[in-house]
Amino acid sequence: MINKVVQTMDEAVSGIPDGATVMIGGFGSGIPYNLIAALHRQGAKELTVIAVNATTMNRTDIGFLEREGRIKTLISQAGDGRYPGIPQGTMVERIRAGGAGVPAFYTPTGVGTLLAEGKEHRDFNGRTYLLETALTADYALIPAWRADTFGNLQFEYTQRTINPTMARAANQTIVEVEEMVEGGELDPSFIHCPGVFVSQVVKIPPEPEGFHGRPLNIAGVPTRSRLGTRGV
Amino acid sequence: MTTEAEKPKLAREEILLRTILDFQEGWLVNLGSGLPSYIANYCSPERNVVFHAENGVVGMGRMATREEVNINLTNALAQHILLVPGASIIDHVDSFALVRSGRLSATVMGAYHVASNRDFANVSRDPNVGGSGGGAMDMARNAQRVFIVMEHVSSEGQPKLLKRCTLPLTCPGVVTRVFTDLGVFDFGEDCFVIKEIAPGWTVDEVRALSEGDIVAAPDLKEIDLKALHEAIASDG
Repeated sequence: MINKVVQTMDEAVSGIPDGATVMIGGFGSGIPYNLIAALHRQGAKELTVIAVNATTMNRTDIGFLEREGRIKTLISQAGDGRYPGIPQGTMVERIRAGGAGVPAFYTPTGVGTLLAEGKEHRDFNGRTYLLETALTADYALIPAWRADTFGNLQFEYTQRTINPTMARAANQTIVEVEEMVEGGELDPSFIHCPGVFVSQVVKIPPEPEGFHGRPLNIAGVPTRSRLGTRGV
Repeated sequence: MTTEAEKPKLAREEILLRTILDFQEGWLVNLGSGLPSYIANYCSPERNVVFHAENGVVGMGRMATREEVNINLTNALAQHILLVPGASIIDHVDSFALVRSGRLSATVMGAYHVASNRDFANVSRDPNVGGSGGGAMDMARNAQRVFIVMEHVSSEGQPKLLKRCTLPLTCPGVVTRVFTDLGVFDFGEDCFVIKEIAPGWTVDEVRALSEGDIVAAPDLKEIDLKALHEAIASDG
């Protein structure tokens, strides 16, 4: 199998062109802070960003891209007046459909609300549903807990969220990981996202010795913090 | 003489405690943002109620203390949480598969408006802009029961129990029960039915702070705060 390891975050995102459609993973946790920071440094603009987690636009994730006008279109569960919101379950199912080769699906969510206006309605077994279409992307940026060099991934706890699904819905998936092991070292029965959906993996660099917080990089974007402990 | 403004209402914690008493053993319950997200802090695992967080947790426990924080373990609001024994982690898609397929026994969420026809609104404060409300539309449309937990009047003193909602709907016709700091409300024919009332309050006083019609249940009773605290404390 092909070795997918890339040495730096900057190298990993270097091929993302202006106008690309980029999925950015996570929701609550599981956010690829290092890759977002690298995308910020890289300078791509006119981006279409697909992110479930865009609720904190001015804080930790894609807010910096947004504030500098680098985002042309934001597709998110959180509407803010400029962008229409999408019900969260519909949003994640649209991404799932994109990665599953399914162009559209019907969902009961949103029937009878403003968001249903203009959408195709159809009844199945006496219940009304809305037609929703799939989402795909040129790139997905996601984090993982552990990867092997073939790009097989494991997530820790709620780091998983939408991330394995985005990997399936993008042409190229770039992954920042906390731990990297040799290909073949992960138990095939416990892989959350197979390497076939992954293009590049890059290890998160260690933080400076003695550091106990969340550092800001040059762009002012918080990088991945190791604050906290493992275990339940 | 005590005016309405001075009369004590249920504390926020007490609204949550009263809500917990409605949960039955074996239920799977989603907790929405704001006040409801703290329910897991008060509800003992002995009740055998399983809490769902839509970012992918089945078996959410209480909030983590600073020493217990794991950055890879949060609820949907990015609050650091713990898991209960037997919990499982699922991906975001499975989390909403569970919701849409009707497996939630109840969803508990806040609201700006609840109407006497069981409509409710919690996605947008702007009458012309329909927000998404995160997962609220999914939960409301598909859960077996929709419990609304909120203060009886808005921070501006406006009634929130209305004849009809004037904000964009989260979902029409689905609310099962409303828990406020003045009582517990079910629904009748285009009216609210007050089942339990805050200590010292009269139905007319509650009506004065509501716009929708309120009918007193034949078995209307006063909420026994002492018993409420004892019932929860006995969870151990």
